[in-house]
Amino acid sequence: MSDARSTSRWLPWHAIVVFGFLYLPIVTLIVYSFNGSGVGGFPPHNLTLDWYRMLFADDAIWESVVNSLVVAFAAMAISLMFGIPAALALDRANFPGKALFRRLVLLPLILPGIITGLSLLMLFREADVKLSLVTIVLGHGTALISVATTEVFAGLQKLDRAQEEASLDLGANYWQTLWRITIPNLRLSIVGAALLIFTLSMDEIAVSFFLIGRDNTLPLEIWGRLRRGITPEINAISSIIFVFSLIAIVSWYRLRMTAEGTPEITAEVVETAQGL
Amino acid sequence: MFSRAYRAAITLPPVLWVAVFLLVPYALLFCYSFWSVSPSQTIVHTWTLDNYRELFRVNVYLQTLFRSMWIAARVMIFSLLLGYPLAYYLSFYAGARKDLFYQLVIIPLWVSYLVRAYAWKTILGSDGVLNTLLQYVHLTKHPLEFLLYSPFAVVLTLTHIYTPFAFLPIYAALEHIPRNLVEASHDLGASPLQTFWRVIFPLSIPGVLAGATFAFVLSLGDFLAPLLLGGPSGIMISNIVVSLFGAAYNWPLGAAISLCMLLLVLALLLLSEKLEKKWSFR
Amino acid sequence: MPSDVGARRPHDGRRDGGATKHMATTTEPAVARSAKSGVQPLLVIRNVAKSFGKNPVLRDISLQIAEGEFLTILGESGSGKTTLLRIIAGFESANSGEILMEGERLDLLPPYRRRVNTVFQHYALFPHLSVEENVGYGLRVAKLPKDEIAARVSEALAMVKMTAFASSKPAKISGGQQQRIALARALVNRPRLLLLDEPLSALDANLRRQMQVELKSLQREVGISFVFVTHDQEEAMVMSDRIALLRMGELEQVASPREIYSRPATAYTAQFIGHTNLLRSEVRAGIARCNSLSWKVGLPDGPALFSLRPENIRLATSTGGSDMNVIRLRGKMQHQAFHGSTELLQIVCEDGLALSVRVAARENREGDLLLEFSPADAVPVRESSERGQPS
Repeated sequence: MSDARSTSRWLPWHAIVVFGFLYLPIVTLIVYSFNGSGVGGFPPHNLTLDWYRMLFADDAIWESVVNSLVVAFAAMAISLMFGIPAALALDRANFPGKALFRRLVLLPLILPGIITGLSLLMLFREADVKLSLVTIVLGHGTALISVATTEVFAGLQKLDRAQEEASLDLGANYWQTLWRITIPNLRLSIVGAALLIFTLSMDEIAVSFFLIGRDNTLPLEIWGRLRRGITPEINAISSIIFVFSLIAIVSWYRLRMTAEGTPEITAEVVETAQGL
Repeated sequence: MFSRAYRAAITLPPVLWVAVFLLVPYALLFCYSFWSVSPSQTIVHTWTLDNYRELFRVNVYLQTLFRSMWIAARVMIFSLLLGYPLAYYLSFYAGARKDLFYQLVIIPLWVSYLVRAYAWKTILGSDGVLNTLLQYVHLTKHPLEFLLYSPFAVVLTLTHIYTPFAFLPIYAALEHIPRNLVEASHDLGASPLQTFWRVIFPLSIPGVLAGATFAFVLSLGDFLAPLLLGGPSGIMISNIVVSLFGAAYNWPLGAAISLCMLLLVLALLLLSEKLEKKWSFR
Repeated sequence: MPSDVGARRPHDGRRDGGATKHMATTTEPAVARSAKSGVQPLLVIRNVAKSFGKNPVLRDISLQIAEGEFLTILGESGSGKTTLLRIIAGFESANSGEILMEGERLDLLPPYRRRVNTVFQHYALFPHLSVEENVGYGLRVAKLPKDEIAARVSEALAMVKMTAFASSKPAKISGGQQQRIALARALVNRPRLLLLDEPLSALDANLRRQMQVELKSLQREVGISFVFVTHDQEEAMVMSDRIALLRMGELEQVASPREIYSRPATAYTAQFIGHTNLLRSEVRAGIARCNSLSWKVGLPDGPALFSLRPENIRLATSTGGSDMNVIRLRGKMQHQAFHGSTELLQIVCEDGLALSVRVAARENREGDLLLEFSPADAVPVRESSERGQPS
């Protein structure tokens, strides 16, 4: 756009303020994870790695990390296993109750997480199922199907139908076409969805809150600690979580960039969700 | 084009799963709201409207609901005020750095909610970073109490969390505006400011509505921030529900409140959808 | 008399001596000449150059546009024609040079202060406004009184015959109708100059031809200068008072359609506009020789290039040999392309010379053909500049 006039001169400043607002808490957190005298108190002094050392010796935390990883991978598997066919079904099949199904799939995405969590709790209660990591896996998997569905559905819209038609024309049947042509073309959406689901599951609290058994996931472990009192050890684990999240999002973004020009990440999910 | 067997195979598994793990649970939610809990803490499966009567009889539920809506409204307004100019700047003025800035806005979204809420807790406390900083530079003598354990803290934290959510659809809508419309407006004599109000803003309204809806609905149902930072004056409706499923042990009542929340959220979404359709000119 | 390109400008010490460049023909049609006699031109473009990064898109453009004239800027994609238009409109600024409208600097003004309006290639109608709100946009922005706006809008809609669609939204009307609205929206502001950026390119062939005629008569009716950009040379010929042929950022030739067709300045011009045969010849002592053909010319010794239009080659009327007024040749027909009223024949002569010949359509031609043309129809053209592709 040409000619920056007076109206647009404050825009960059506004952007700086907003970025500051978004990042300062995280930066503060990281800085204070090295602070010898604890979480508060300005200015930070007494630089130390003690909290990290404490963290690495903390077995309970690492147990919960392992639990979270297991849950995340399992949830990812469930979400993809049911989310991909769901996207295909919404795109190409007509069946009774399709409109209801479409809305139902999206509900966990839009509703407060606790509602989905306690609804599932009631299910398990009525079915007399004991709460454990398995129930958490079922909860995450179900809640995150919508993420897989919207991503894959968006990817399907970009797919060139002619390719599938060509495959059928050349003698492949529907399943071969699905396996050889459709899914490879959806690779980007699937990987993107997987990454997103994994990250969301690792951080999930609302649903997990109700479905937890004896084994904690990482967020719930941290949560438990917080009730007992703040320690900079939590800063330390938080900083590590931040670094991993950073790696995840940058990989996600780069992934999208390789195929398309402008990735419109979650906005696309959001848009498709509305469109659905 | 696709055979029956194919369509059945891709339709049945997800539909069945969703039926068992979403439809049934939500149906149970509905049912529970009409049941009650016995003194011995078992669920009594008789149908009654008692829970709903309770909701309207006891003030605290409606009060908390309205407080939650007021908090959500403020979060919505602030998220829009922060998010819109940012989206506008990125879309129309950022040029080559647009992608980088976009990534920068998205990154916080992916960082754990808990981590971010916790960060604010360490900042806003009376011994927290902000208070000690203010005292250190002699701007204040005593810690500011209202910073933490107040609705202020909840609004601040939720705005921090949901501004990127508000940003995304606004940015998408702005990006969709063909640039030749801006040129056409200039060509016809409108200054950049006039062009913004007459062309750009009207065309971005669906994005604004979507962003506002996200910020409001997600804030309304939030339970973590009020629990960590809200204190007694900052309790929101979800906290009540959580306690009813925990210590207060009244699942049916909790279900009733949840159902009301669900209906409220669905109504808002429907309204938002209708408005967006009205303002979309495709 | 102000001239358009180069002939008046001194050769500015370029390495090649400027012999092959900047001598584009500057003839002007009588219409434009008389319109300009004594009256200053509406728009003066002086030495405008524009690069995008390292990429030069316009090199030293000088051009004048008269009041009430229909000028077409013609060129291939990449020639810089759209960039030139956008510089006039104000969406790009030139790296050097200036633009004056009625004596005052136009290029220093932002687009919303220029008395210039644009019809965009994809119309750029505002989707959230109705047709009449679109048309009245510029008037509302200028804060004209409501009744004047209403009157001018209905006048503009009547002019493009779209009155019935006043309250429709752009999404609901067809491409051709949108194009008319874009036109009305621009013209209602009574600009001094109307710019049209390939406005007909999205229309199908028949609608396009119809719009060409309508646009031309509209321009006559309204009396405003139109600057029309297109890559379609037929379109340019049909509509323009003058054509400015742009090639790789430079003006190749600026002249009336008839002039540019019958007296092309360069090989590129001759080939871009219509079909032609390029005869490579050697001139010695006043005789041009091309393969086995020769004829008298008044040119200095050396290599020469001639443009001979296919329709100027005809079937020989008599079997005599060549003389002063007519060159005869014999050739075999290789290919016959039917074009409706005429056909285009590909001929190869005995000496290997290949020619295109346009004659009245007739089935069943075969074998050897005897052809003739007048030497006067072999128009000398220069080579196009070395920056371009070989002719």
